[in-house]
Amino acid sequence: MTDTTQKDTAIAAGSGITLGRALPWIIVSLFLLVLPWIFGSNSAITIMNQMMITVVFALSYNMLLGQGGMLSFGHAVYMGVGGFMVMHIMNLIEDYSLPVPMPLLPVFGGLFGLGLATIVGSFSTRRAGTVFAMISLGIGELIAACSIIIVAFFGGEEGIKGDRTYGLPVFGVEFLQQKEVYFVIAGWTVLATLLMYLFSRTPVGRMANAVRDNPERAEFLGYSARWVRFYSFCAAGFFAGVAGGLFAINYEILTEQNLNTVQSGVILLIAFLGGVGFFFGPIIGAVVFTLLQSVLSLQSEIWQLYVGALFVATVMFFPGGLAGVLMMHVPAWRLGKLGSLVVPYIKTVIPAMIGILGLAALMELVFHARHAAAGEDEITLFWTTFDGFSVLPWALASIACVGGIWIARATAPGLRAAWHRANTPDRRPAA
Amino acid sequence: MDLVVINLIDGLFYGLLLFMLSSGLTLIFSMMGVLNFAHASFYMLGAYFAYQISQYIGFWPGLLFAPILVGIGGALIERYGLRRVHQYGHVPELIFTFGLALLIEELVKFFWGNNLMPYREPEILKFVLFSVGSNAVPAYKIFMIFTSMAIFLALLYVLTRTRIGMIIQAALSFPRTVEALGHNVPLVFMGVFGVGTALAGVAGVLAGPVLGTFPGMAFVLGSIVFVTIVIGGLGSLWGALVASLLLGWLTTFAASSSFAFSTLLEGIGMVRPEDMDESMLRDLWTLTLPQIGPILPYILMILILVLRPYGLFGKRDV
Repeated sequence: MTDTTQKDTAIAAGSGITLGRALPWIIVSLFLLVLPWIFGSNSAITIMNQMMITVVFALSYNMLLGQGGMLSFGHAVYMGVGGFMVMHIMNLIEDYSLPVPMPLLPVFGGLFGLGLATIVGSFSTRRAGTVFAMISLGIGELIAACSIIIVAFFGGEEGIKGDRTYGLPVFGVEFLQQKEVYFVIAGWTVLATLLMYLFSRTPVGRMANAVRDNPERAEFLGYSARWVRFYSFCAAGFFAGVAGGLFAINYEILTEQNLNTVQSGVILLIAFLGGVGFFFGPIIGAVVFTLLQSVLSLQSEIWQLYVGALFVATVMFFPGGLAGVLMMHVPAWRLGKLGSLVVPYIKTVIPAMIGILGLAALMELVFHARHAAAGEDEITLFWTTFDGFSVLPWALASIACVGGIWIARATAPGLRAAWHRANTPDRRPAA
Repeated sequence: MDLVVINLIDGLFYGLLLFMLSSGLTLIFSMMGVLNFAHASFYMLGAYFAYQISQYIGFWPGLLFAPILVGIGGALIERYGLRRVHQYGHVPELIFTFGLALLIEELVKFFWGNNLMPYREPEILKFVLFSVGSNAVPAYKIFMIFTSMAIFLALLYVLTRTRIGMIIQAALSFPRTVEALGHNVPLVFMGVFGVGTALAGVAGVLAGPVLGTFPGMAFVLGSIVFVTIVIGGLGSLWGALVASLLLGWLTTFAASSSFAFSTLLEGIGMVRPEDMDESMLRDLWTLTLPQIGPILPYILMILILVLRPYGLFGKRDV
C-alpha cells in the first residue's frame, strides 16, 4: 500500500522539521512582509488583501473538491456566516467596549463556520457525488434566501456594517489604515494555509484522498467513508469561516451577496482554474482570478465572458487547471530537457496569444457595434482610441485572429514532437 | 373559491412549464448519469432565439424554429463538449455544464445586452379567455397549458409506443447490448440530448412573453428545475410530472396566501413582544408564508434527499 508508506513519511516528517520543508513557508512569509513596500499604493493593497482572503477561501473549498472529492455548490454560506458573526462581535466590542484585540476575531468566524458545517455535514456527508452536490445547492439557496428574510441577523438587503478600530490596540496599532490590516490578513493567510497543508498530511487528510478515489475500498480497510468526509467538511467550514472573518475586518460590511449561490459558483471557478489536483492550485487560481477581476474589469465590459470561456476551456482541455499545466513540466525538468521546449513554445504560444487577442478585439468591436449609444463611435482598445465603425480596426483584428491561430496550428505538431522528445529519457548517447 | 381556481390555473401553468424543462433534464440524466446544469440556459436561448425570429417573421415560425436551433446547439455541445469531458468522470462533467451555464449567460448578455427584451405573445392570443370572479385568465396561458400537455403526450407516445422509443429505452439500460445489435448508441445519446434541450427551448419560447426575456431568466429557474427532478426521482418521467405540478401549486398557493407566522406563534401561547426592535425573534413575528414560498422547494428537496434519496418515483439512486 502506497498509502501507508506515505503516512509513515508524513509522520516522520512531522516529528522533525527540516529546513528544506520549512524553507518555502519562510520565503513566502518574508515575501508577504516586504510586498507592501514594493506595491505601496492603496489600490494595490486593496487588491492584495482581496487576493489573500480569496486564497484562504479557495483553499478551504479545495479541502472539499480536490482532497475530498465533494463538489459543493454552497460553500460561500460558511464564509458568509462566519463573516456575519465576526461583524456582530465587532459591533458588540464597540457597544460594550470589550477588551478583545481585533486580529483574534477570525477565530470566532472560523468557529461559527465550523458550527454550521457540523450541523449541515451531519446529514449531507452521508454520500458524495450528486447527492452531496444537490444538498449543498439546496442549503446554499436556503440560507441565501434566509439572509433576506431574517433581518435581525443578516441585516436584510443592505447587510450589516461595523468598525474595526474599536478593538483592543495591538502594540498601539488601531488598524485605521489598510496597510495595518494587510499584515493581519497576511499573518492569518500564512497561518491558515499552513494549517490546511498540515491537515492534508494527517491520517484524516490522507484518508480523505482514499475516500475520494475509492470509498468502497476505504470502507473495507475499516474506515468509515462518511466520517472521513464529515471531518474534511467541518475543517473546510472552519477555514471558510476564517476567510469570512478576514473579509469582515477588511471591508467592514457584509451583505447577502457574500453568501449567495453566485459567490459559491465563483469559488468553484477559482479553485478549478487554479487546479484542484494540487495543494497550491487554488492559491494560483485565487491570485490569477483576482488580478483578472481587478485589471480586466477596468479594461473591458465583457470580461466575465472571457472568464467564462477560459473556465469552459480549462474544464475541456486542462482538467488539472493551471497547477496541472505547471506540474506537467516536472518530468521534462527532471530529465534536464526543459530548455529544449523554450523555442517550440515561443513558436506556438506567441502566435496563439496574438490570435486570441485578435479574437478578443473582434468581440469588443462587435460588442461596441451592438451596444454603444448612438453617436458614440469612439472605442478605446489596447490603450488606443479610434472610430469603432471604420474598416481598419476590423481588418487588423481579423488578420491578427486568423493569422495568429493559423500559425499556431501550423507549429503545433512541432511543439508536440518537442514535448515528446523532452519527456523521453535518452537511452543511449546521441550518435 | 375564485382565488383557489385562479391559483389552480396559475400553478398548473407554472408546473407544466417546469415539467417541459424537467422532462428533458430527467431524460438526459437517465442517459448520461449527469445532471445538466446548463439546462435552464437552453430554455433562455429558446426565448432569445424566438424573440430574434419573431422580429423578422413573427411568433409562430419562432415557436417552430427556435427549439430546432436550440436542439442542434445542444446536440453539438454534447458531441464536441460533453463527450470529451466524459472521460474525466462525473464531477468534471457537472463542472463543465456549470461552466456552460455561465458562458451561455455571458454570451446572451454579449449579443442582447442586460435589458428585458420586448418579446410579446402573438396578437391573435392577446385576449381574455374567461374570468374567474374578478381575475382574468389570458388565452395565452391556456394555450401554453394545452401545448405542454400535448408535448407530454407526444413524448410518452414516442418513448413507449414507437420503435425509436424502444431503442432509446433499451440504450438507457443496456447500452452495450443495444450497440451489439447494430444501433449507433452515441448517435442515440446525441439525439436524446438534442431533443431534451429542444424541449427546454420550447419552454423558453412559450415562457418568454409571460415571465420576461432577460439574461437572468435561466438563473431564476435553473436550480428549481434540479429540485424538481430530484424530488420526482432522477430518471423518472412520471416523477418529473408529479413533482413539477406539486412545486407549481405549492409555490403559487404559498405566494398568494395571507398566512402570517404570528398567528401560529400566538396559537402556541407565545406573547407578542412589546418592543419589536429589541426582540431577537422579531423576524419570526413578521414572517409571512409568501415570504418563505420561494424556499419551500429547497426544504422539500433536502428532506427528500435525506429521507428518501430515490425521490418520489425514482427507481435508481441519485
